[in-house]
Amino acid sequence: MSAVAAAAAEDERLLPRSPLRRLIGRPELGSVLGALAVFLVFAIVADNFLRAGSLGTVLYAASTIGIMAVPVALLMIGGEFDLSAGVMVTSSALISSMVSYQFTANVWVGVVVSLAATLALGLFNGLMLTRTGLPSFIITLGTFLMLTGLNLGFTKLISGTVATKSIADMDGFPEARALFASQLDIGGFAVQVTVLWWIGLVALATWILLRTTAGNWIFAVGGGRDAARAVGVPVERTKIGLYLGVAFGAWISGQHLLFNYNVVQSGEGVGNELIYIAAAVIGGCLLTGGYGSAIGAAVGALIFGMTSKGIVFAQWDPNWFKFFLGAMLLLATLLNLWIRKRAEAAG
Amino acid sequence: MTSPHDHDEHDGDQPDGRRPDDDGQDGDADGGATPPLLELESVAKHYGSIRALEGVSLTVRAGEVTCVLGDNGAGKSTLIKIISGLHRHDAGYYRVDGEETTLSSPRSALDLGIATVYQDLAMIPLMPVWRNFFLGSEPTLGRGPLRRLDVRLMRSTTRERLLRMGIDLRDVDQPIGTLSGGERQSVAIARAVHFGARVLVLDEPTAALGVKQAGVVLRRVAAARDEGLGVVLVTHNPHHAHLVADRFVLLKRGTMAGAHAAGEITLDELTRQMAGGSELAELSHELRRTAPPGPDAHE
Repeated sequence: MSAVAAAAAEDERLLPRSPLRRLIGRPELGSVLGALAVFLVFAIVADNFLRAGSLGTVLYAASTIGIMAVPVALLMIGGEFDLSAGVMVTSSALISSMVSYQFTANVWVGVVVSLAATLALGLFNGLMLTRTGLPSFIITLGTFLMLTGLNLGFTKLISGTVATKSIADMDGFPEARALFASQLDIGGFAVQVTVLWWIGLVALATWILLRTTAGNWIFAVGGGRDAARAVGVPVERTKIGLYLGVAFGAWISGQHLLFNYNVVQSGEGVGNELIYIAAAVIGGCLLTGGYGSAIGAAVGALIFGMTSKGIVFAQWDPNWFKFFLGAMLLLATLLNLWIRKRAEAAG
Repeated sequence: MTSPHDHDEHDGDQPDGRRPDDDGQDGDADGGATPPLLELESVAKHYGSIRALEGVSLTVRAGEVTCVLGDNGAGKSTLIKIISGLHRHDAGYYRVDGEETTLSSPRSALDLGIATVYQDLAMIPLMPVWRNFFLGSEPTLGRGPLRRLDVRLMRSTTRERLLRMGIDLRDVDQPIGTLSGGERQSVAIARAVHFGARVLVLDEPTAALGVKQAGVVLRRVAAARDEGLGVVLVTHNPHHAHLVADRFVLLKRGTMAGAHAAGEITLDELTRQMAGGSELAELSHELRRTAPPGPDAHE
C-alpha cells in the first residue's frame, strides 16, 4: 500500500531542486545581497571607494570586527550569547601589556600569559553557564560588567592613568607586531595581517561547522539541547568549547589592539559585543540558535567595514554611522526572514 | 516494504560497524527455548513515599511486539525510564538475554542493544535528516586535526536505511522538521535499528498522529519486528496496540492490571480492562444524566 503510494508520488518527488533553490536555502544569502547593495551604493556615491587603498582600509575595518564575529556566530549557532566579548578584547590586551611591562622585559611572556588568562575568562563563562543553568545573557552580562570595572580599576591602580604604558621599546615587540598588527604586501596590495587572521578563522570555523563532529554538535546543542543530550551529544563540553573559541578570538583582537597602538585605553571595547552579534545576525544566525554560518558572519562584518569607511569616503557626517548600521541590521534580518519563508514555502 | 534484493545489498556494507548485529537475530525469532531478549520480573520503583511502580513483569522476545497499555498516570513513563536505563529499579529483576543486569545509564542500555525512541524523538528540527540520523554517533574519516565527518557514508546510509523502512526521501538534506510526524517517527526507528538496537522501546509513537500517519508508524513497527527486533510499544490506544501486539501488559495506578497473549483477548475486552470496567460504567452513567444538547442548544 505504502509502496504503491510512494511509486505514485515518485515523479513529483524526483523533481530536481534547482540550483537557485539550493542557493536560497543558504543562510548567507541575505547578507551577501546586502553586502552587494552596500558596495554598489558606496561605489556610486564615493569616488575613492573603489581604489585599492580604500578597499584595503575597508577590509581592515571588516577584519577587526570579523575576527570576533566568527566565534560569536558559532556561539550563537550553539544557542548562547556572550555580552562580555567586547570588553574581553580590552582585558586581553591589558593583561598582555601589564604583564609584559610589570614583570618582564619581553612582550611574548605577556602575550602567552594573556592567552591563558583570556581562555580562563572564556572557561569561566562556559562553566558558569553549564553549572548554574542560568541564561547566558545574565551570566555574560555579569562578566561584562565585572570586566569593564576590572579593566578600568586595575589600569588606574597600576599605571595611574586610564591607559597602559607604551611597550614599544621592549624585547620581542617588532616580532609580535609583525604577527598581530603588521601590513603585508600581497601582489601589490597592502593588506593588514588581521585580514589574514580573519580569513583563516572563517575557513577554520566553516570547516568545523560543516565537516566535523564538533560542528554537528554545535548545531545540535543550539537547535535542541535536550534532544542532543538524549542522543549522547556532550552538551556542556560543546558550549564550554564555544566560549573558549570566543576567548581565543578576543585574544587575537586584543593583541592586535595592543601592538597596533603600543598602548591600551582601558575603557575601550564597551558596545562592541553588540556589533559582533549584529554582524552574526546579519550573516543569517538565528538569535534562538541552531542555524547560521561563519561565512555569513564574515559577510556581516564586511558590511560593517564598508559602511564605516564608505561614509568617510563619501564625505558624509560619520555621526550617521550607527544609524545606518541599525537600519542595515533590521533590513538584513527582514530579508533573511523573507527568504527563509519563501524557501520553506517552495520546499 | 523493500525487495529482498535491497536487503542483500545493504547487509553487505554494514556501515560504520558499531554494532552490526541487528540482522543476526532472525534465528531467535521463534526459538522458545532461548531466553527472552529482555525480561522484567516484579519490578518496583518508588520516588520518596510515592509508589510509582509495583510488581510489574514483562517479557520481550525477538521478532515480537509487547504492548504496554495504560492510562495517564498508570506508570508507563516510569517503566520506560527503567527499561531505558534513566532510572534504576528499587526491587525485582531486570534480565537481558536471561542474565540479571543493573543499568547505570541510558548509554549502558544502548550498549546492550536496548534503544528508546521518546515522544519528542530526540531530533533537531532545523538540522538536515542525515545529520540528525547520526547525531551523537557520527562516523569519521582521517585522524588528528584532519578528522572529519564521513559525509558520503552518512548521506547514503541515511537514504538506504530509510528506503529499507519504506520511506523514499526526496532529499536527505531537508531539515527534519519539514517531515511529517509519522516520517519523523520512522526516521527515529530506522536510526535505532541502524545503531544495533535489539530491543526497541517506543514511547507513545502514535499519540500525536492522525489515523493515516499512525498507520505509517505501525507499519514501521511491524517492519522492525520482521527484522527480528523485540519491540516494546507503550501506548494508551488499545486500537493501535491490538493491530501489532503479540502480548499485552496492562498497567493501572502503577501495578499490573493484567497480561495477555494476542489470541487470548479481544479488542473490546482490552478496551474495557484498560479503561477499567466499573469506571467506564460510572462515566457513561454520569454523562447520560447530563441532558444531551440539541442542535440549537447553545445560546
